[in-house]
Amino acid sequence: MANISKTQQQQYNDYVSQVTPTHNTLLNICKAFLTGGIICLIGQGVLHLCRQLDLGKDISGAWTSLSLIFLSALLTGLNIFPSIAKFGGAGALVPITGFANSIAAPAIEFQKEGQVFGIGCKIFTIAGPVILYGLVTSSGLGLIYYILTLIGVA
Amino acid sequence: MNQILGEQSIAFEQSSYIIGDACIAGEKEGQGPYKNEFDKIETDPYFGQDSWEEAESQLQLQTAALALEKTGLTSRDIRYIFAGDLLGQNIATSFGLMDLNRPLFGLYGACSTLGESLSLGSMAISGGFADKVMCLTSSHFGSAEKQFRFPLEYGNQRPLSATWTVTGSGAFILSSEPPRAGASVRITGITTGAITDYGITDSMNMGAAMAPAACDTIFKNLQDFSRMPEDYDKIITGDLGSIGQEILIKLLRDKGYDISDRHLDCGIEIFDADTQDTHAGGSGCGCSACMLSAHILKQLRAGVWKRVLLVPTGALLSTVSFNEGQSVPGIAHGVVLESA
Repeated sequence: MANISKTQQQQYNDYVSQVTPTHNTLLNICKAFLTGGIICLIGQGVLHLCRQLDLGKDISGAWTSLSLIFLSALLTGLNIFPSIAKFGGAGALVPITGFANSIAAPAIEFQKEGQVFGIGCKIFTIAGPVILYGLVTSSGLGLIYYILTLIGVA
Repeated sequence: MNQILGEQSIAFEQSSYIIGDACIAGEKEGQGPYKNEFDKIETDPYFGQDSWEEAESQLQLQTAALALEKTGLTSRDIRYIFAGDLLGQNIATSFGLMDLNRPLFGLYGACSTLGESLSLGSMAISGGFADKVMCLTSSHFGSAEKQFRFPLEYGNQRPLSATWTVTGSGAFILSSEPPRAGASVRITGITTGAITDYGITDSMNMGAAMAPAACDTIFKNLQDFSRMPEDYDKIITGDLGSIGQEILIKLLRDKGYDISDRHLDCGIEIFDADTQDTHAGGSGCGCSACMLSAHILKQLRAGVWKRVLLVPTGALLSTVSFNEGQSVPGIAHGVVLESA
């Protein structure tokens, strides 16, 4: 059975994708819109509250992010966040709440393997790529921006 | 005494008897359709331990002890243990069964390990190398998710083709002698599967990865034993799930065998997909082990079924090979069970 031709593999894969059911994309998009919208609404509420308290624009923004991160980490610890993400998909994962969850979840799971080799090494197993390539991309864009200022375009 | 049969099978001259068995299942399994048939349902997912891995070890030890107790034996009566789990380096087995202090073969065949352990156990008995052996496998939702997928608290959407790893373990005591009382089940033959690879790269569609392996093993079994599907009351696969079942029936139909009226899949059976949100079905080497102990052996002992082909299926998936772009090969081992 090991010598199965590429065509046979392709045929089998085509057949498998025919019989494999998938989630309803339109329904998922609506759920994601609703969930993401509610999260952004909460964020906007915090932002407004901070501005009402006469905190500066930057400080208010920071409090908004912090509140959402705190809420997400708390709901992760209480094992509520996975249910929200199961319902809302990208609506829950794309805002900063998803990022917080992706760091809090491994921290909880790998805590049993110790502070260093458990939490220390594995806390960024999911968020790591986002952080690394986020930094790389922003460095690259920063360099382009710098060159553009040198030649007087920006 | 030539017991070698066809290409990949053995027809035992001396059958081995399953004289005792036990299964312990987790809480979710204990809410499923077979809730009244498991020996014990443990609602504490940690089994009184500190980590998922220790929990699975404890699950194995408790299941082994229960099987011995039910059979009226002590661990000293067991010549060999053939056991395995899904974790790296088989740690659930090595830490769980250490205290039994018996000669042990640690096995890995992904979710097909039950078939592997029953095959090797019955070979040891029928070959005259042991009088009593224990075959045991386990899986645990927490430890399997942690090893193969994401941390449990991580939020994501499982595809509809995904399976739910069963928290459970089954232990089986094989003997060269039938039990002193009551009906018994014999292992009369085995068909050992080869690894098949149809280039499936979706680790969340393991039914599709394993279906060709199950098809191959069932086909070889029918050929080697010169049997038709009708010669078996049931042909039972391990954890193909609903998508894998559909594929298997089609693949075997293409080869000229129709098993649709007698096929069962432990993964489809163990959960109620409509109410338990498990998607394609249950999986893991605890899935087929629990179903064998809780349901299949009981049907055979009661004489409802006379002869069954059990085919635990395994997806040989590793996070390393997966990240390195390899596909997910499958394997399946057939065990012929007959009421005695």
